[in-house]
Amino acid sequence: MSTQLPEQVEEESSAAEAEPTSAAQERRLEKKRQRAEEKERQRQAEEAEKALDEEDTYHLKVFRYDPEIAGKKEPRFDDFHVPYHKGMTVLDALMYARDTYDSSLTFRHSCRQAICGSDAMFVNGSQRLCCKTQLSDLEEPVRIEPLPHAEVVKDLVVDMEHFYDQMEAVEPYFQTNELPEGELEEQHQTRENREKVKMSTRCIWCGACMSSCNIAAGDNQYLGPAALNKAYRFTMDEREGEDMKQQRLEILEQEHGVWRCQTQFSCTEVCPKDIPLTEHIQELKREAVKNNLKFW
Amino acid sequence: MSQSYNRGLIEDFGRWREFSAGMWAWVFHKFTGWVLVGYLFTHIAVLSTALQSPDAYTTTIQTLEGLLVVRILEVGLLAVAVFHILNGLRLLFVDLGVGLESQDKSFYASLLLTGAIVVASVPTFLAGVFG
Ligand code: HEM
Ligand code: SF4
Ligand code: FES
Repeated sequence: MSTQLPEQVEEESSAAEAEPTSAAQERRLEKKRQRAEEKERQRQAEEAEKALDEEDTYHLKVFRYDPEIAGKKEPRFDDFHVPYHKGMTVLDALMYARDTYDSSLTFRHSCRQAICGSDAMFVNGSQRLCCKTQLSDLEEPVRIEPLPHAEVVKDLVVDMEHFYDQMEAVEPYFQTNELPEGELEEQHQTRENREKVKMSTRCIWCGACMSSCNIAAGDNQYLGPAALNKAYRFTMDEREGEDMKQQRLEILEQEHGVWRCQTQFSCTEVCPKDIPLTEHIQELKREAVKNNLKFW
Repeated sequence: MSQSYNRGLIEDFGRWREFSAGMWAWVFHKFTGWVLVGYLFTHIAVLSTALQSPDAYTTTIQTLEGLLVVRILEVGLLAVAVFHILNGLRLLFVDLGVGLESQDKSFYASLLLTGAIVVASVPTFLAGVFG
């Protein structure tokens, strides 16, 4: 809206340049410009009011906390009324609220297309990726909180350190002792094997699953769904070879590994990348059992 | 990290309103499992202290079965046992990796079936107690 104003002014002044200008005319133009500005302001105000009247806004209730500011030391919820447009996501609404009403509103985001994994939050009672969640799918007021079961650093930002530690604990990278013969030989994966691990490769490290998990909440050492899924991705990768598989299963079988999973399916339900987490964990459990059962 | 806010245990437990099907199934399964263990011990205790004579045994059972509370508790026990068995079967399938996409539906089915069986059992359990 505001970008239209200077344009108008320029147009008028160039018109004024073309004609020989008298002082009176300049005054007239000045007045005209003021009137136009006034009108525009009024139109904007009316539009905003109309939007509010027609309930074309969404009511957000946003968790606020900041240990460094006296007034925000005690967590509270702030209300924002954000004008709605078709296709608006929760992240869009948060950004509008931040840019328009309160620049101190703090949250993580980057790609805005469900790929960087930085904006998982607790929206209307479940863990969701804000940039992937349509406002129109939500009931009002839209309640936005930082991810549960993590410490809040500020507003909607939680400390992800523990989540990352668990991810690192399963050695989330390709390792193998079975390289192909020739120096320049490529190491191929079969199509079937690629299909098997396909879904598990989609994780964007958003932490939604871990936050939804009751078990992870009660047992801080539990590797958690995302890390176990990451382990699945490599354990099931045939190119890593039998040696590596044994090594990986050893990590997974530990006390706070796969056996902590109680198949509550909360992780599978919240994963924004639709990874069948519980299924993968269950398969790892069976793999672990098969690995240890010997009938001779 | 300068300082951060730990929302604490109350918040953790306060999330139950937002639980999904599988989470409730877990809560109920734990609960029913332990109720069954509790019943098993009570059951052994009551019966083994009533074994002095055939008469003592009969009077004990008759007194107990004459109490409305006991009859109602029996209906409760059936509910708990039936749910535990049905959901237990569901969990066995989950462990085998069968039908994971319908895990929520099978939980609701367990609940409904439990409800139906319990309702159907009420006439039998409460027969004669008001007489
Ligand atoms: C046909 C009958 C039953 C079936 C199919 C069944 C099935 C199951 C299954 C599959 C589990 C494991 C749950 C999990 O994976 O987390 C379980 C747990 C358990 N069951 Fe049963 N069960 C049966 C009867 C009983 C009885 C009679 C008792 C009590 C005497 C009992 C007490 C328990 C307990 C205490 C647990 C552990 C709960 C926990 O802390 O997680 N169950 N049952
Ligand atoms: S498994 Fe899904 S919910 Fe968990 S961190 Fe990865 S993308 Fe997020
Ligand atoms: S902003 Fe990158 S995943 Fe949402």
